[in-house]
Amino acid sequence: MEIKEQKRDADLLRFITCGSVDDGKSTLIGRLLYDTKTIFEDQLQNIERTSQMRGEEYVNLALLTDGLRAEREQGITIDVAYRYFATPKRKFIMADTPGHIQYTRNMVTGASTANLAVVLVDARKGVIEQTCRHTFITSLLKIDHIILCVNKMDLVDYSQEVYEKIKTDFQDFISRLDIADVRYVPVSALQGDNIVNKSTKMPWYEGSTLLYMLENVHLGSDLNHVDARFPVQYVLRPQSTEYHDFRGYAGRVEGGVFKPGDEVLVLPSGFTSTVKTIETFDGPVAEAFAPMSVVITLTDEIDISRGDMLVKPNNQPEVSQDLEIMVCWMSEKPLAKGKKYIVRHTTKEAKCLVKDIRYKMNINTLHKIEEDLNIGLNDIGRITLRTTLPLFYDDYRKNSGTGSLILVDEFTNETVAAAIIL
Amino acid sequence: MYSYKLSYLKQLEAESIFVIREAVAQFENPVLLFSGGKDSIVMAHLARKAFWPSKLPFPMLHVDTGHNFPETIEFRDYLVDKIGARLIVRTVQDSIDQGLAQEEKGPNPSRNGLQTVTLLSAIEEFKFDAAFGGARRDEEKARAKERFFSHRDEFGQWDPKNQRPELWHLYNGRKNVGEHFRVFPLSNWTELDIWQYIASENLEIPSIYFSHQREIVNRKGVLLAKSEYISLLKDEQYQEQTVRFRTVGDMTCTGAVFSPANTIEDIIAEVAAARVTERAARADDQRSEAAMEDRKKQGYF
Repeated sequence: MEIKEQKRDADLLRFITCGSVDDGKSTLIGRLLYDTKTIFEDQLQNIERTSQMRGEEYVNLALLTDGLRAEREQGITIDVAYRYFATPKRKFIMADTPGHIQYTRNMVTGASTANLAVVLVDARKGVIEQTCRHTFITSLLKIDHIILCVNKMDLVDYSQEVYEKIKTDFQDFISRLDIADVRYVPVSALQGDNIVNKSTKMPWYEGSTLLYMLENVHLGSDLNHVDARFPVQYVLRPQSTEYHDFRGYAGRVEGGVFKPGDEVLVLPSGFTSTVKTIETFDGPVAEAFAPMSVVITLTDEIDISRGDMLVKPNNQPEVSQDLEIMVCWMSEKPLAKGKKYIVRHTTKEAKCLVKDIRYKMNINTLHKIEEDLNIGLNDIGRITLRTTLPLFYDDYRKNSGTGSLILVDEFTNETVAAAIIL
Repeated sequence: MYSYKLSYLKQLEAESIFVIREAVAQFENPVLLFSGGKDSIVMAHLARKAFWPSKLPFPMLHVDTGHNFPETIEFRDYLVDKIGARLIVRTVQDSIDQGLAQEEKGPNPSRNGLQTVTLLSAIEEFKFDAAFGGARRDEEKARAKERFFSHRDEFGQWDPKNQRPELWHLYNGRKNVGEHFRVFPLSNWTELDIWQYIASENLEIPSIYFSHQREIVNRKGVLLAKSEYISLLKDEQYQEQTVRFRTVGDMTCTGAVFSPANTIEDIIAEVAAARVTERAARADDQRSEAAMEDRKKQGYF
């Protein structure tokens, strides 16, 4: 059977791969794609030719993923890349993120949409600072599942002792973090041990392969189906005879379930109304839940525009202009206390002022640094914001859609920070 | 208990609709790049879904190389008419006539690269500040790096080393005067997803995607269709074969594949079992290892 066959009702796992430079991440991804028959003959011929021309001993599977000229020149991954493969069980979107410290922001980018993280360590080096950094970011962004891949087992004679030591070290580190599900697998990406096919060289390992874990990890708890949240994205007022009086609110359900007949509260105006219909191009639907993109119509004519939010009267988000957030700084220009930025939160845009910098995180030791509050590129810290308009938000742990925001520099338009609301 | 789960195709659809609405909400003057190929057909369909029951709040733009398959152009006009959209056509020939672009020389000159010039002048002419494209990240290694909202400077250039981080689904479309964005709602779709979606939504597609008899010439493994735009080299001759096309582009660089696939289901089975990428049949991508990246940096979509 062709492994990349995909069923139309299959579900979707989004995962991120992270690890330090030279931990063999690109090779691991190449192997995963190769062994799931996702690599095509023309791609393979291409990298075979390049590997040969460079005088490399093996076909360099890393060449598959390093797509940019600069990456190939330097042999490192610079920017996050997204790859796709499928097995009969599941479809996968993989964010391949760089290991270099200076590209931490790209790791945060990949992690923000992932359900699972594959963290790679080199068996010869064990748990290092980068492993901790990546794992911390994973836990900060509330990725529920981690798979620690101990790679290059071929270079440590497939030693169980080495593997168990790394496993213990990692367990020590994560005991301080809040991660629900952690699994471990010893692999050799280069040789293909325990990636897709079970290795014969590590009879002591009784667990499953990496692919089996990816295929079978339980999904479903990642989206909030309890607290109803509908940020209005766009107002539809068709100027046609057929839909003359139609007024619909287009958006994506960020949480909970909406049904016709539900009483809803409109923020910030505070008006209440009732859901009349939930419309789609394919006809009205009986209910809408995250992450569906739908159009909601109400029984009353109320002034509602982009950035407003429909919720249930008995289950409301926080509404405030003062926010406590953790930021990951993404700009070379450091965060400045007292400076104004543009904040984008759900479909709303406002200005904000950085009121206070509480502390910077040493993400290798997980200590709070209070004496150095200079938050620069790739730093993570806790700050407070005052916004010009009230935001309707939830704790990030409750809902990542209503609990996340970005800061934008109002002069350069760059995205300077990713933030989660505490 | 009912489980609140969407199949992956429905998830992809919902994500794309969100991105399309987000672009329309954030930009003043968007346009949808439309070639009549399968990806732009899916794009147009998703755009209709995003704004239904309103009409498309933006026009479509076809950058016509003048070397298209006639079946595609016919289908383009049919679809635009059917959905009541507004179509703008700008031609590479005009750019050549105005001295903005120069035709390649050689046995099969390609106008594919020249599309960039025409596209950028159309963007300037109409002051578009966002252009939707049907590009997918699975197509090519440089495209795997692409964002949903892709910033372009005032020369239309893409800087892969300086892309805006894209977090959660918060898309930052802020820009300075003269700059624009390319928006790729199909980023997370694969070739197989596109076909499965076409099947599940029962979408119409141009006939050249289905198996038919055509005169072709095999040039370095690329099966080029007989047309007035290419000339035979020494020892080459046309042969009639049973073929279809996996991608629809310029006749001078889009290769056919041998195929008996007559229905969408046949095509799905064929794509699922394919051992080469769809772009393996594109001569323009085989010019160098970083051909796509280089074109994208210049402003290609």
